[in-house]
Amino acid sequence: MSSSAEPLVEARGLEKRFGDFTAVAGIDFAIGRGEAFGFLGPNGAGKTSTMRMVGCVSQRSGGDLRVLGLDPATDGSRIRAHLGVVPQEDTLDTELTVWDNLVVYGRYFGLPRAVIRERAEELLDFVQLTDRRDSKVDPLSGGMKRRVTIARSLINEPSVVLLDEPTTGLDPQARHLLWDRLHRLKRRGTTLVLTTHYMDEAEQLCDRLVIMDGGRIVAEGPPRTLIERYATREVVEVRPDLDHDPAEVARHLARAGERVEALADRVLLYTDDGDATAHAVVEAGFGDVPSMVRRAGLEDVFLILTGRSLED
Amino acid sequence: MRPVSVARVLEREWLVYRRLWRGVSFTMFGQPVMYLVAMGVGLGSLVDAHSGSVGGFPYLDFVAPGLMVASAVQLAAVESLWPVLAGVMWMRYYEGLVATTVEPAELYTGVVVWTAGKAMMGAVVYLVVAGALGAVSSPLGLLAIPATGLCAAAFAAPIAAYAIGRESDVTFTFLVRVVILPLFLFSGTFFPVSEMPLVLERLAVCSPLWHGTELARAATTGTGSAAAILGHLAFLVTIVALGGWWGTRAFTRRLRA
Repeated sequence: MSSSAEPLVEARGLEKRFGDFTAVAGIDFAIGRGEAFGFLGPNGAGKTSTMRMVGCVSQRSGGDLRVLGLDPATDGSRIRAHLGVVPQEDTLDTELTVWDNLVVYGRYFGLPRAVIRERAEELLDFVQLTDRRDSKVDPLSGGMKRRVTIARSLINEPSVVLLDEPTTGLDPQARHLLWDRLHRLKRRGTTLVLTTHYMDEAEQLCDRLVIMDGGRIVAEGPPRTLIERYATREVVEVRPDLDHDPAEVARHLARAGERVEALADRVLLYTDDGDATAHAVVEAGFGDVPSMVRRAGLEDVFLILTGRSLED
Repeated sequence: MRPVSVARVLEREWLVYRRLWRGVSFTMFGQPVMYLVAMGVGLGSLVDAHSGSVGGFPYLDFVAPGLMVASAVQLAAVESLWPVLAGVMWMRYYEGLVATTVEPAELYTGVVVWTAGKAMMGAVVYLVVAGALGAVSSPLGLLAIPATGLCAAAFAAPIAAYAIGRESDVTFTFLVRVVILPLFLFSGTFFPVSEMPLVLERLAVCSPLWHGTELARAATTGTGSAAAILGHLAFLVTIVALGGWWGTRAFTRRLRA
């Protein structure tokens, strides 16, 4: 397997096509040991296709890919032995209990029963579900199912854990609990690779990320660096009422910030001095329009790079 | 194809089966008793009174191996349709399974082997009940068990291959009614195919169920020529091989897209 110096996952010109449709259009990235690496982008950006190729459950259509120093095209099973996978949709075995899900999954990897039992106890404790071990999967809440899936993905003590949209569809409390568990994994040195279309999730969890759009990588770096590089320090959000077209408002405020973006429901003014810009908004005659100053985030980076909002 | 990976898929099936044991046991044990008593003893007394024997045997002896194989095949067909689509689309646990070291082809093989295995468990029950009713005239009757398993696999292999490629179950009920049910009725289970018009008799030769039934009947009655038995075996093995080729590709295509 790979030495500690070389990347655990490395892609060059990686492509995935489904018939005429190109899901991933030639991307390069490298993920190092112990890193928390993110793929950020809207739905349809090619994140899941990329994850499936890294997880060795989908063949690449072009380019080169190495996972743990091996080629997924020829060594899929050997690589998967060292991967943990948390798919976007729950794939738990609903005919089995929580405990049996972990045991059966460990058996798929060929682990001895005694080893599985020991690990399953620890993992249920880790995801705080020890009291639900004999419960069937179906009655569990979405957040609990996710935690079972995370426990399941760790049963083979993977070198890399792949998480595809780990908190999509969960309520805020369940998300925070999940993030907390993932932070713990990170601190233990587990390499995490995750996709998300949530800015806060990417900022919270990722040491480094790539922003994807239309099957391509449009930017790459640590979250803070990306924000500094592409966005300004602060953003003033102006929310005109229904009588005012944001594009019209944006024209009036063109000089108020370094950069102005009009969205469907609001105008964003990028600036290094939020208070001064907010003042300029009032000067321009929009004093009665609600506005707020905030720090720039990854959402702004995406907007500036693609001209679209991530939630669109 | 690694047998050890296939065995892990079987372990999962066994675990699920163990949990559901009480629910399925009635079907498994009650059905043979009811079928054999109703058809073999009840209807059989009328048949025997009327024609003396069927194919040279008391009707119970004739129909017992037929019921054994036909009920196994019905079960194999149904269990290779909905549960397979559930695994890939509704419950989606196949997706989690093939993210481990197990390959789709190994999952497929496990599914077919399990179905054949369950058919053989059912065959054991049929054999015991039929034996108790005096309808098994040869110790070679034990060979009816693997014959039933082979015939069930000849159904499970292509049907699971078909099911994994579907996006919904709309065709499944149709398939059971239009393919499986006629096969059940006209493959020599209840009466010799020679009783049918020549066209249907010739068609029955294409039915894997007929070959399976003839094999099991040869075993429980201790009759049948070696050439005929080899012919039936060759036919069923060919179907399993063709189905297996299809299923391996279909499972891989669906689960490694």
